[in-house]
Amino acid sequence: MLSFAWIILVFPALGLLINLAFGKRMGKSYIALTAGAAVFASFLTAVGLAFGLAALPESARAVTVPLWSWIHIGDFQVDFALLIDPLSVVMALVVTGVGFIIHWYAATYMLVDDRHQALSLRMYGRFFIYLNFFILMMLTLVLANNYLQLYVGWEGVGVASYLLISFWFYKPSAADAGKKAFIVNRVGDFGMALAIMWLFFLFGKEAGSLAFADIFHAAEGAGAAATAALTGVTLLLLLAATGKSAQIPLFVWLPDAMEGPTPVSALIHAATMVTAGVYMIARSHPLFEMAPATMTVVAWIGALTALMAASIAIVQTDLKRILAYSTISQLGYMFIGVGVGAFSAGVFHLMTHAFFKALLFLTAGSVMHAMHGELNIDLMGGLKKKMPKTYWQFLIGAAALAGFPLLAGFWSKDAILYEAFLTSPWLWGVGIFTALLTAFYSFRAVFRAFHGEPRSDHAEHAHEQSPGMTFPLWFLVIGSLFAGLLGLPAIFGEHVNALGNWLAPVFAGLEGEGHGHGSESLERTLFLVSSGVALLGIVIAYARYIPEWGWARSLQKLFSPLQNALEHKYWVDELYMAVIVNPLRRLAAWFYRVGDGRFIEGIVNGVGAYTLRAGAFAARLQTGVLGVYALSFFVGVVLIVLYFLIVV
Amino acid sequence: MDNLAPFPLLSLIIWLPTLGAVLLLFFQDEERIKTVALITALADFAVSLFLLAWWVNDGSMQYQEMIPWVPNLGVNYHLGVDGISLFLVLLTTLLGPIVVLFSWRHVKDHLKAFMFLLLVQQTGMLGVFLALDLVIFFIFWEFTLIPMYFLIGRWGGKNRVYAAVKFFLYTMAGSALMLVVILVLYWQGGSFDWMALQGMEMPLSLQIWAFLAFALAFAIKIPLFPFHTWLPDAHVQAPTAGSVILAGVLLKMGSYGFMRFNLPLFPEATQLYAPLLAFLAMVGIIYGALVALVQKDVKSLVAYSSIAHLGFVMLGVASLTKQGLSGAVLQGVNHGLATGALFLMVGMIYDRRHTRLFSEYGGLWKQVPVWSAFFIIVVLASVGLPGLNGFVGEFTILVGAFQANPWWAVVATLGVILAAWYLLTAVRKMIFGPLDEEKNGNLLDLNKREIVVLVPLVALFFFIGLYPNFFLDKINPAVDVLLQTVQSSPPPF
Repeated sequence: MLSFAWIILVFPALGLLINLAFGKRMGKSYIALTAGAAVFASFLTAVGLAFGLAALPESARAVTVPLWSWIHIGDFQVDFALLIDPLSVVMALVVTGVGFIIHWYAATYMLVDDRHQALSLRMYGRFFIYLNFFILMMLTLVLANNYLQLYVGWEGVGVASYLLISFWFYKPSAADAGKKAFIVNRVGDFGMALAIMWLFFLFGKEAGSLAFADIFHAAEGAGAAATAALTGVTLLLLLAATGKSAQIPLFVWLPDAMEGPTPVSALIHAATMVTAGVYMIARSHPLFEMAPATMTVVAWIGALTALMAASIAIVQTDLKRILAYSTISQLGYMFIGVGVGAFSAGVFHLMTHAFFKALLFLTAGSVMHAMHGELNIDLMGGLKKKMPKTYWQFLIGAAALAGFPLLAGFWSKDAILYEAFLTSPWLWGVGIFTALLTAFYSFRAVFRAFHGEPRSDHAEHAHEQSPGMTFPLWFLVIGSLFAGLLGLPAIFGEHVNALGNWLAPVFAGLEGEGHGHGSESLERTLFLVSSGVALLGIVIAYARYIPEWGWARSLQKLFSPLQNALEHKYWVDELYMAVIVNPLRRLAAWFYRVGDGRFIEGIVNGVGAYTLRAGAFAARLQTGVLGVYALSFFVGVVLIVLYFLIVV
Repeated sequence: MDNLAPFPLLSLIIWLPTLGAVLLLFFQDEERIKTVALITALADFAVSLFLLAWWVNDGSMQYQEMIPWVPNLGVNYHLGVDGISLFLVLLTTLLGPIVVLFSWRHVKDHLKAFMFLLLVQQTGMLGVFLALDLVIFFIFWEFTLIPMYFLIGRWGGKNRVYAAVKFFLYTMAGSALMLVVILVLYWQGGSFDWMALQGMEMPLSLQIWAFLAFALAFAIKIPLFPFHTWLPDAHVQAPTAGSVILAGVLLKMGSYGFMRFNLPLFPEATQLYAPLLAFLAMVGIIYGALVALVQKDVKSLVAYSSIAHLGFVMLGVASLTKQGLSGAVLQGVNHGLATGALFLMVGMIYDRRHTRLFSEYGGLWKQVPVWSAFFIIVVLASVGLPGLNGFVGEFTILVGAFQANPWWAVVATLGVILAAWYLLTAVRKMIFGPLDEEKNGNLLDLNKREIVVLVPLVALFFFIGLYPNFFLDKINPAVDVLLQTVQSSPPPF
């Protein structure tokens, strides 16, 4: 049955082709229906795959479905094939499940454009074509059985992201943001491409394959001898992951990506695409396990990114940007997870985050519509009364993000922090402090946007959105409330970690290796600390924004020296412009002006000029006397013949 | 391998366009002239497809024809095709009808002469790819200059005369030394025949001189940095059909020349100079990309992008690995398709707006959505997006380069980042942003004929990207044979 897995790719492909060919004749509702149905069919297929896989014995839960031969040159042999295993199925479920809900929401949301005019049929169709294309590429990425095919999906989702960020192409800011996203990601892909070449050189040549299983097998066979090379390879893969998953140093594109329509931010820039880096590292875990130095780097990049992005989120006033920095920060947690070898905890957080962050973005979209495009939380206030459903949805999403006890984000973040503590208490320290900031900025958004009095006309006249937008979100609410139960920690019993058990065949024998083993009492203590920290952050936000107590204000003054740096996002964009982009531009201009213009052309034209002079001299030889010509011709031939007879 | 076809297929492919060109002379009516030209070009493409009919995947020279021409000197009309030239021939015959169809309404004056030149140009280029006798090769090689010289000089842009003369002299100067070396080879090996000359004993010093003379001719044609300065002028000034042929086919004559002549005839010198070629290729990749970035004119951006892309092809050749060489052959075809399509698209918009300056455009997606959608796909193919054709060639070249020297791959991969930068900048400036130039407000979108011109190219982007093995199956054996020839001689150091 699993051999029909390829059909999961056929649905979105079909959906986009139908909309491409007939969209203009179908009208908006049928366009959305086609695209949504395609993703739903893929979701059902993914559910079927999960059951099919569950029916197999644990050791057999990695099924390769060959598709067709792709590139064969000598020992370079790469084919298209799908890998159906517990990890890829979890990813496929998240992508198609959350993806479907977002398609559903977008069917209503996208009826109007960014200026609240009716969106043209052409643009509406284009949007859903892109969305199906994204799903197709994302599934190609997570279901690939080899690195090169993963790369196809990897750059494919990049193109979808590019086109969707720039969807309002007439807005210069949107057009620039899409371009920036693609180019920054290409810097990451530089690492991916070189890593694949290197892996081929190290292992693929022998194996005649770039398939994960073959590469990992060969790497394990090489053992310690390959550690140095594998450290290089994994660092290159990490570079790729920092691009796609918006980590230091390549996170700069994600805040700008908020120029895209909000369903896009929810689907691509929160729930699915940006987690591809985490997925790729989890998928490559045998390589990373063999390169402990890289693992440390992964964990610390995650920790620093989490802290940095959370601190920036605190001062943002644009609702979507708060969520964008929050996404970067949460992805940082996932990096901590995979970096300390807690791969299934990383994937667990990836999944819960997909629910609550998609929920937060989509409710932000509802708010944005109600506010006529205004996203500044300073101009909101009092929306709780105007949009009660949206309020509750946002509140639950924010609580899950804040790590409010027993909600989805609490469990998954806690799982990561516990494993981090076992590796290094310092990592845990950064993580727990970031958790405090997270709780604070989440509820800052809640209180500023929904509580208090309306602070603008738009807020005054805001109204609840239609059921087409509010209803689908309840499914995400369910996920945000209960998804955590899939990964309960060991203190609740031996086999309560359903997700961990499910993923165990993929990460077999790796969990908890390489660092000390914790105790139940330690786990319980950290559990309580996490809960306390989340509540503390919420209380501080409450104190600062609702009664506006003096001590909370003075707490803010404590941070005022940092304020400027935070508001400028630590000047990272400016730094890149000054150190990389502008010097390259100047170099390019200099090459063009001096290199091509003066130097090479100077030589070429110089040769030309000398030729002319030589020609003028030669012209004097043209006496018109035939005999002279004949004689010189004869002498020339003789000389050439003599040369070759003697010299050669 | 003997000619398995029941008729002289290669001669037919080469001379059919000339036959059509001669036929043109008897017509006066413009519609008839165009029709005859189109039918000729289509027929030539159809005939060339028969190459696949009796194709044998063994890396040999196939469909050979041999007719003594100047028996005293041993000059033979010797033709043959192998996996290295096969797809260049098909690329040439495919682009033929495409440029004829593109020029349908675009060329107004002296249509007959224009079509005549396009067709005889086909004959010249096909001859270059199919000739196995050095004299015949040289004649075809030089001949290709003439129609292109007139196409640029007569139907080109403002600076056409300067560009045409520069193109002619530059490439002519490059091939002068090649002729001398061909004569020397005859002296040394007693034959002009490519097959007979292979494996000929040649002192290293002579090999070096011969290698460098051929290399100069081919490097100018490619063009390899720093011999590239003729290219932006010629590309920008040429009429669209000329740019397409120039980028699509003529440049490939250079990389093809390296693979056909330099590598097998001078194997030791090849091993000696491969690092130098790789170095120039890498400089070209980075330099071409950076200079493309600062262009104000979309056509010169495409022209400079050619320098970067051909840098990849030459890097694959210089890697002297299976992946590098097969990738280089395929990438030659890919570049012809993608850059050809880019020039066509620029030509289409130029004919409507009569400017190529980025500053005159912006927001075109609103006005000409079909053109814009095609433009994005073509750009993505050119960027080397996985799943499309450019990626397969580029990545296999990089794999080959990595095996020769990992740092070559590192430098070249930097060029992949830059490619995204300059090409997406072009997209940003052309079709994104507000539609604020008034004159762009009444541009017409592509008509059916223009779509017909683009569709086969775009279809090939996907086909080559998703199923390159169809091509590689035929390229690989020939590359294996070539590499054996190169590596059978010990390295000279």
